[in-house]
Amino acid sequence: MGTELGAGLTPVGEAREVLEAARREGRELAETERVVAQVEAGTAVEALRRTREMEERNAEGVPGAREPMIINLGPQHPSTHGVLRLITELDGEVVRDIHPVIGYLHTGIEKQCENKTFWQTITLVPRMDYLSPFFNLHAYNMSVEKLLGLEAPSRAHWLRVMLSELNRITSHLVWLGTSGLELGAITVFFYTYRERDRALDLFEMISGERMNHRYFQVGGCSDDMPEGFEAMVRRFVQEMPGRIDEYEGLLSANPIWIERTRGVGVLPADDLIDLGVTGPALRAAGVDLDLRKAAPYSGYEHFDFNVPLGTRGDAYDRYSVRLREMRESVRIVEQCLDGMPEGPHIADDRKVVLPPREELATSMEALIHHFKLVTEGFRVPPGEAYSAVESPRGEIGCYVVADGGPKPVRVHMRDPSFVNLQALRPMAKNAYLADLIVMIGSLDNVMGGVDR
Amino acid sequence: MSEYRNLLDAACPGAVVDEWEGAGGELTIEVDRDRIVEVARFLKGEPCAFRLLSDLTCVDVIGGDGRGNRFRLAYQLFSLETGDRLRLRVWADAEAPEVASVTPVWRTADWHEREVWDMFGVRFSGHPDLSRILMPFDWEGHPLRRDYPIGGEDVQFSDAV
Repeated sequence: MGTELGAGLTPVGEAREVLEAARREGRELAETERVVAQVEAGTAVEALRRTREMEERNAEGVPGAREPMIINLGPQHPSTHGVLRLITELDGEVVRDIHPVIGYLHTGIEKQCENKTFWQTITLVPRMDYLSPFFNLHAYNMSVEKLLGLEAPSRAHWLRVMLSELNRITSHLVWLGTSGLELGAITVFFYTYRERDRALDLFEMISGERMNHRYFQVGGCSDDMPEGFEAMVRRFVQEMPGRIDEYEGLLSANPIWIERTRGVGVLPADDLIDLGVTGPALRAAGVDLDLRKAAPYSGYEHFDFNVPLGTRGDAYDRYSVRLREMRESVRIVEQCLDGMPEGPHIADDRKVVLPPREELATSMEALIHHFKLVTEGFRVPPGEAYSAVESPRGEIGCYVVADGGPKPVRVHMRDPSFVNLQALRPMAKNAYLADLIVMIGSLDNVMGGVDR
Repeated sequence: MSEYRNLLDAACPGAVVDEWEGAGGELTIEVDRDRIVEVARFLKGEPCAFRLLSDLTCVDVIGGDGRGNRFRLAYQLFSLETGDRLRLRVWADAEAPEVASVTPVWRTADWHEREVWDMFGVRFSGHPDLSRILMPFDWEGHPLRRDYPIGGEDVQFSDAV
C-alpha cells in the first residue's frame, strides 16, 4: 500500500499514521484517510511526476485528461471560522471536490461530562458552541428536568426565552461581522461588534459572565433580574431595529455583496433535509422548520413572532433570513419584558435546587441541603431524554442518559454546526474556490460545536 | 401500543423488539439489529414521514443487556409534517460491535456514524467512508468507552520542545 501512495517514497507524517492504523486494524484505507495520505505524501518529487504525466497525456491529445490539483486549505486559515481543514481538489479555479477534516478543536467535553455530577456538567456544555452558550444550557437543562420530572416556574421560562433571543442576536452579529470581513466589507465588523458588546454587558449584568454563562440551572435560572437590568434591555431593544437598518444600508443593496452571495451555495431543499441541515440555512431554501413553532418549548407558543423564509436558498437568502430573524428576536425580547410573569425564578425543590443564600445563615436544614447538593449532587432516576432547541444555527439537541446516580452516563450534544458542515461538500462541487469561502461563512459553523 | 408500532408491525413483521414511553413521554422503539435499515427506510417514507434524522449516537452500557450486547445506539427521528419525535434503539455486540449503516436512507448519518465508530468502536457495515473523525487517524482505542480511562493518554507533542 505504501508504494502506491508515495510512489516509491517513504510516506511521512499523517500518511504513515493512517497506513499504520489501517494495517493494525487489518483493513483498507477509508476515503478520507486516503485523501489525507495523498496530501501528505505529495512531496515535490511526487508533484513533478504528476505534472509530467499530465503533460504527456495532454500531448497525446486525450480530451479532459487534466488531473485535479490537490490543495490543503487550513486548518489555520482566517476565513475558515476556527480550525477547519479542507482538502480541495482544484481544476484551475473550480473546486471539483472537497474533503473536510475536523477534530482540531476536540476537547473531549462529552467524556468529561461523564465524570462530573449533573450540576457540574452545566459548566461544561456552554463551551461547545461558544457563540450560543444559552442554547446549549437550555437543551441540557431541559433534558435533565425531563428525567427528574421537574417543571421550571414560568418566570424562569420567560427569562430563558429572553436571554436566548438576546443570544440569537449576538450570535448573528458575530456571523454578520466576520462574513463581511471575509468578503472585504470591513466596516460591518465594527458596527456589529459595537452592538454585540452592549449585549454582552447585559449577559454580564444578569449572570456575572460575558461568555460561557452558567445562568440556566436545573429547575430554572440561578438569579432574578438585577436592578436596572430591565431598563438596559429596553434601551437595547429600542436601539436595535435602527442598528439593523444600518447593517442593511451597508450590505443589502451593495453591488459587491450581492454579486458575491447571489446564487452561491444552493442545494435543493430535499437534499438539505436529507443532509440534516436545520436553522437559517434550511429556512433560506423555503422550508418552514423552526422548533420554536414546530415543537414549542419554554412557552414559545405564547409569543407573537414570524419565521422568516427565503426562496432561492443561496448565501444572500441566508443573510436576509438572519437579519430578519434578529428583528423578530427583538420583538420577542420586548414581549418578554412586557409580560414577564411574577413569581420565583427557580423551582422550589430542595432536593435538586440550591437553597437561597440568605437561608444558609439561619436554617440548619438549608445548610444540610446545600452541603449535600454541592458535595454529592442530586440523583437522577434512570432513563434517557432528548431535548432540542432552535439555536442560531439550527437544532441543538441534548441527549442525556442517567442510571440513578449523581453523574450522567452519557451527555451527547447534537450540534447543528457539526451536521450542517456535511452540506459543504455537495454545495462546493463545481463551484469557484472564491465562492467556497462564502459558503463556509453562510453556513455559520462554529468549530467548537463541530469538534466538541 | 403506539400508532408507529402498529404501522411497523404491519410493514416489517417481527422487527420491533419492544416499545415504551420514557421520561417526558418520549416514545422509544427497540428494533432488531439486523432489521434497522429496513425499519429506517419504512419510517422515512409515507405515512410516517420521518424525513429528518436529528441525531445518532451511542451509549456504552456497563453490564450490557444480558444477551452479550454492550453498545446501545439511539436514532432520534423528527417529522417535519407533524413535529413528532421518535427514538429508535438498537443493541450492538460487546466483542465485535457492528450494525448496518443507515447512510443509504439518511445521508446525514454519515458523520454521526463516523463519530460513533471513532468514539465507541462500533463498525457500520456499508458505510462509504468509515474513518476516524474527531481523533487523530492513528489513535489507539475508543475514548468514549466507559473502560477508557480519563487522563490515561500520553501528552501529545511533548517531544516537539
